[in-house]
Amino acid sequence: MSPSWTRIWAMSKKELRDYRRNRFVVVTMAVMPLVFTVAPMIQLFAIKVNAASSAFNARIGLALLYMLIIPAIVPSSLSAYSVVGEREQGTLEPVLITPIGSQEFLFGKALAAFLPTVAISYAVFGIFLAAARIFAQPVVASAIYSGSHIWVQLVFTPLLAGWSILVGIAISTRSADVRTAQQLSVLASLPPLVVVGLITFNVFHASVGITVALAVALLVIDRFGWRAVAAMFDRERLVTGGRS
Amino acid sequence: MHPTDEGTEVANTQGAGGSKISPGKAGAPALAVEHLTKRFGDRVAYSDVSFEIGYGEVFGFLGPNGAGKTTTVRTLGTLIAPTSGSAMVAGMRLSAANGPAIRQKISIMPESPGLYLRLTVEENLECFAGLYGLGGTKARIHEALEAVNLLERAKDLCGALSKGLRQRVALARALLNDPEVLFLDEPTSGLDPVAAREVHELITGMRERGVTIFLTTHRLEEAERLCDRVAILNTTLRMIGRPDELRKELFARTLDVRTKVPLADPGAVFSGLPGVEGWSDSGAAMYRLEVSDPEAAAPGVARALVRAEADVVSIAESRHTLEDVYLQLVGEEERAERK
Repeated sequence: MSPSWTRIWAMSKKELRDYRRNRFVVVTMAVMPLVFTVAPMIQLFAIKVNAASSAFNARIGLALLYMLIIPAIVPSSLSAYSVVGEREQGTLEPVLITPIGSQEFLFGKALAAFLPTVAISYAVFGIFLAAARIFAQPVVASAIYSGSHIWVQLVFTPLLAGWSILVGIAISTRSADVRTAQQLSVLASLPPLVVVGLITFNVFHASVGITVALAVALLVIDRFGWRAVAAMFDRERLVTGGRS
Repeated sequence: MHPTDEGTEVANTQGAGGSKISPGKAGAPALAVEHLTKRFGDRVAYSDVSFEIGYGEVFGFLGPNGAGKTTTVRTLGTLIAPTSGSAMVAGMRLSAANGPAIRQKISIMPESPGLYLRLTVEENLECFAGLYGLGGTKARIHEALEAVNLLERAKDLCGALSKGLRQRVALARALLNDPEVLFLDEPTSGLDPVAAREVHELITGMRERGVTIFLTTHRLEEAERLCDRVAILNTTLRMIGRPDELRKELFARTLDVRTKVPLADPGAVFSGLPGVEGWSDSGAAMYRLEVSDPEAAAPGVARALVRAEADVVSIAESRHTLEDVYLQLVGEEERAERK
């Protein structure tokens, strides 16, 4: 059966409506980006222009790394909740009784976490860039706007969000309770962030080739990881509570 | 299992409301289950279950906790794969490949409504209409809400509704796809009598619309009132048939006789009467007569009592309820297990 966008969108739309009315989700989605907007701003204004080149780059790198924490962390709790949360609140079985396929269900959930995450991440980055241009010292602003920084942010934001959602949903399909799923998925969302952090800190130089290779690797994992996650989605186990 | 209750009987059974049960499309039953078994490791959920249900029939599925009722529903709803056996659901063979197509043609209302409490009634139904890939969503939602008398609560958050109203929303959700077979798993569980009666009225309404209903319940009076036929499951299927047939099958027909004072010699009064096969004391001045045909035997019994100058208070045919049938079949086993 080919995937139905009607079913996928029905699931995503339900999720988005549910997020909007869930105080925990609204607070998570508002407070975390706020923290990760304020913290890099402080970094930005604390940078001493006359500092050593390595210290200068490290400060810039740290400020930009905060930006990439948003797409890695924000969707992890949403995606961790996606399956086990529905199971806990007793809404999973009615959904599984409909003709929706495993991939449609999971993709609908993923899309609902992906869209606001990417929108928030880009918005925060836009604010950061504007603040840098307007308020930071010209040398600092110039350092942020030059090189691969902006491209790294633009490319890796959706890829990191994709990874975080993928592992979050995978953990959610296998977890027995929401709390465990959320803790594990926050941890599991971090490894690619370390790699991107190394680039951002200029630990190794992010040539176009390396950046593209990393991006492609994440893209491949995000794309084909879904098959593995869909295979883990066992209706019988989810409905019977793991007796199958 | 009752040997006469499968196959041909389905087509000939009169509905409780007097409506004829239709054999459905090209004579095929709505549900046909053959030797279905489900095991979870060493534990048997249900075993060797076979039955058929005609289109338009209301079929009650009774049994104690852990009897395998919900697991059977989940199996027929393609959520769980059977260990062995086969089934046809809404004209399609039960298999993983047919899962989405079967789920498109059936609905299951689980014991817990499972609504999204932060969404309104309308938003819940809109979501499920989308999951079924249905067109004309607004009209379908309107029709489903109208069927359960909830149109005026469409904009209310489900979290603000009472348990009875949530159950009605779940029923509306189950009607969205106009199912050929509707599975209701304990639809009145935890409801107060008024809310339970409302659900009964909705089920009666659906029966009148020709929906095939598979009703699992603990409430025996509910099954007796609503169902054309019932099956009693306790891991294996113990009996299947119309409630009155089950009563006849399990219980000898009897007349209960009550007199003002105990008879001096009841044996002399009741022995040898035409149609009376035996008698016993059933209390002070009360006697139970085993008869082949209560209507034929009653006049002779009355005459014998008058001849014996007994002050007769009442002569009545014993009424066995579905509860008596259930307790006879299941109660003994449960008592034995507890010992």
